[in-house]
Amino acid sequence: MISLENVRVRYGMAVALDDVTERAADGEWLCVIGPNGAGKTTLLQAVARQVRHDGRIEVCGQPTAGMSRRKLARLVAYVPQRPQLPPDMTVGDYVLLGRTPHIGYLRVETDADRQISAELIDRLALSALAGRELRTLSGGELQRLVLARALAQQAPVLVLDEPTSALDLGRRVDALELVDAARQERSLTVLSAVHDLTLAGQFADRLLLLDGGRVAASGPPPDVLRDDVLRPHFGPGVEVLTTGRGDRAVISRRPPRGAAPPRPPG
Amino acid sequence: MTKAAPRRGPAGPEPRGAAARSDAPGTPDPATTDPPPPPGPDRAAVPDPPPAGLGRVRPGRPLAIATAALVVAVAVGVSVGPADLSLTTVAEALLVRLPWHPALSVPPIDVAIVWQIRLPRVILGALVGAMLAGGGAAYQGVFRNPLADPYLLGVAAGAGLGATLIIVGGGSTGLLPAAAFTGAAGAVAITYALGSGTGRGGDLAGIGGSTASIVLAGVAVAALLTAIQEYLQQQHTQELQQIYTWILGSLSLASWSDIALILPYIVVAAGLLLAHRRLLDVLRVGEAEAGGLGVNVARLRLTVVAAATLGTAAAVAVTGLIGFIGIIVPHTIRLTSGASYRIVLPVSMVGGAAFLVLADVAARTVQAPAEVPLTVITATIGAPFFLFVLRSRRTRRDLS
Repeated sequence: MISLENVRVRYGMAVALDDVTERAADGEWLCVIGPNGAGKTTLLQAVARQVRHDGRIEVCGQPTAGMSRRKLARLVAYVPQRPQLPPDMTVGDYVLLGRTPHIGYLRVETDADRQISAELIDRLALSALAGRELRTLSGGELQRLVLARALAQQAPVLVLDEPTSALDLGRRVDALELVDAARQERSLTVLSAVHDLTLAGQFADRLLLLDGGRVAASGPPPDVLRDDVLRPHFGPGVEVLTTGRGDRAVISRRPPRGAAPPRPPG
Repeated sequence: MTKAAPRRGPAGPEPRGAAARSDAPGTPDPATTDPPPPPGPDRAAVPDPPPAGLGRVRPGRPLAIATAALVVAVAVGVSVGPADLSLTTVAEALLVRLPWHPALSVPPIDVAIVWQIRLPRVILGALVGAMLAGGGAAYQGVFRNPLADPYLLGVAAGAGLGATLIIVGGGSTGLLPAAAFTGAAGAVAITYALGSGTGRGGDLAGIGGSTASIVLAGVAVAALLTAIQEYLQQQHTQELQQIYTWILGSLSLASWSDIALILPYIVVAAGLLLAHRRLLDVLRVGEAEAGGLGVNVARLRLTVVAAATLGTAAAVAVTGLIGFIGIIVPHTIRLTSGASYRIVLPVSMVGGAAFLVLADVAARTVQAPAEVPLTVITATIGAPFFLFVLRSRRTRRDLS
C-alpha cells in the first residue's frame, strides 16, 4: 500500500510536484502517465526517497520520512529509469545486490540469499547468462535482469520508472507481463511510470495523469484514456481508439494538411 | 583397461558438466568470463536452475599469485643489499634468531645486517605498499573514480607540509612521523568537512553532499597546503635536499620501531577496508541506487575514507610520499583478475606489498651505494608495466 498526501517536490525555484494526493491499495498497479516533464519520475523518486519532499508518504502504513534506508529498501524496491549497470559485473552478482537490505552491515550473502537470487534468475530466464558480464547482455536481457534484482529485494512495493523504455514493441509487453506475473505471485503493489499510454491502459488497475506536477486525472483506465481527458495534456492530435476486443489504443495523429500549425510547446 | 573405458563413457558428461558449472560462477577470472561464451550453445548446455554465476566471489587464484609474488619479493629483498652476503649466510642469519634454531655459526655482523637493516626494511615496505595499494582501491571504490588514489583528499600535501614545518623549524627528526601524520589526517578532515557540507542536499538517497564536491575540496585543500609547503621550502634552500628526500619517499631509515609505530594503524585500516568490500561492490551501481538498496552511503563513505586516510597517513609518515602504487596496483588487479572489490581489495594489498618491496630492491641497487627515491622507481617500473597490462587487456576486449 502506498499513500501520498499533499506531496510537493521543489528543485530550487521550480516546482516539480505540487500537492499530489493519491493512494494505491495492496496488490494494485498504479501507473503514472503524463507528458514529458509532468513529474512522473519525481513522484516515483519521492516514494523511493530519492528526492526530498514535503507532505506525507506512507508505504505499508508506515511513513517513509525518518525511516532508515535499510528498512525502506525492505519495503520499496525502486528501479530508476536508467539503472547503472557496471559492465564488468556478472549477472549473478548483480541480482545478488538486490539482497543488500537483508544482509547485515559488514556481513556477506548467505546461502539463502543465493538461493533466492538463483530462483529469480531462473524465473526470469536468465540462468544461461548467470556467469556473463553485463556488457554482453542485450537490452531485453538487461531489463529482465534489473527486474530480477528488484524482486530479489522481496519488498511488497515495486516502483518502476519506465520499465519498457529500451525495448521493442513485443518485448515491452513481455516485460510488463513479467511484472504483472510477479505482482500476482507475490501480491505486490506496483507503482510505475509508463510513457506508452496504450500499454499503461492494458496493465494498470488505475492511471494517474500528471501534468505540470499536478494531478490532472486519476481513475481506472477507461475513465482516463479518453479524448477529452488526454487532449489538453498531450495535444489535439491524440485520439483514443477502441479495438474490437475492447482494448484502448492511444495514437497521435498529424494535424490535417493546411490546418493551423501546431501550437508551440509551452 | 578396455572394460574400464566403456564404463566411464556414460559417466563422462556428468562430471564434465558439473565442472563447467562450478567454473563459470562469478569468478571474474580472465580465463573463464572473458571472452563470453556464445549465447546459443551455452543456453542449451545449462538446462536447469543451477545457481550458476552465484558462486561466492573469491579471490583464490589471483590472491595465490600475489602471495607467491610477495614471498619472492621478500626473499629477494632480504637477500640483496650492498653487503655481499651469500644466500646461505642470509638463510642462516634468519634462522639463528628463531627459537629452536639449529646450531649455526653466523658472524654477528651478518645477523645484524639481516635482522636490523634488511628485514625491517622489507617488512616496512610490504606494510606501506599494502596500505597504499589498498587505500587506492578503496578510494577508487568510494569515489567511483578510476583516477582516485590515496592522496586524493590531501594526504600527501598535508603530510608534506607537516614534515617541511619540522625540517625548516629545526625540530628533531623524531618528530617527523607525528608531524606528517597530523598534517595528512588534518588535511583530509578539512577537505571532508568542507566538501561534504555542500553539493546536493542531505537526505538525497542518504548521501549527504556529492562525492564530486568532496573531490574538488580535496583539490583546493591540496593546492593551498602545497603552496604553503613550497613557499617554506623556497625560503629555506639549505634544507631543500632533506625536504626533497623526504617527499620522494624512502625506506632507507626503516627500523623495527617504525614498524611498531605504524602497524596498529595499518592493521586496523586494512581490516576496516576489507570488511567493507561487499558494500563497495554495492556502490558500483552508483550512490543513488546503493541508497535505494538500503545502504547508508554517507556512513559508508565516511568510514572508508577515515580508514584509508589513517592507514595512508601512518604509512607516509614513516616513509615519505611514495607515489603511483595506489593507482597502478588496483588497476592492474582489476584488469587481470576482475573488478569486484572482494578481489581488488585483498589482492591489491598483497600485490602492493610485493610491488613496493621489489621497487625498494631496485631503489637501493640500481645506483648503489646511493639510493634512488622510491617514487622514481615506482613510476619508472610501474608505468611501463601498467601500460603493457592496459594495452594487452584492451586488445583482447576489443576483439571479444
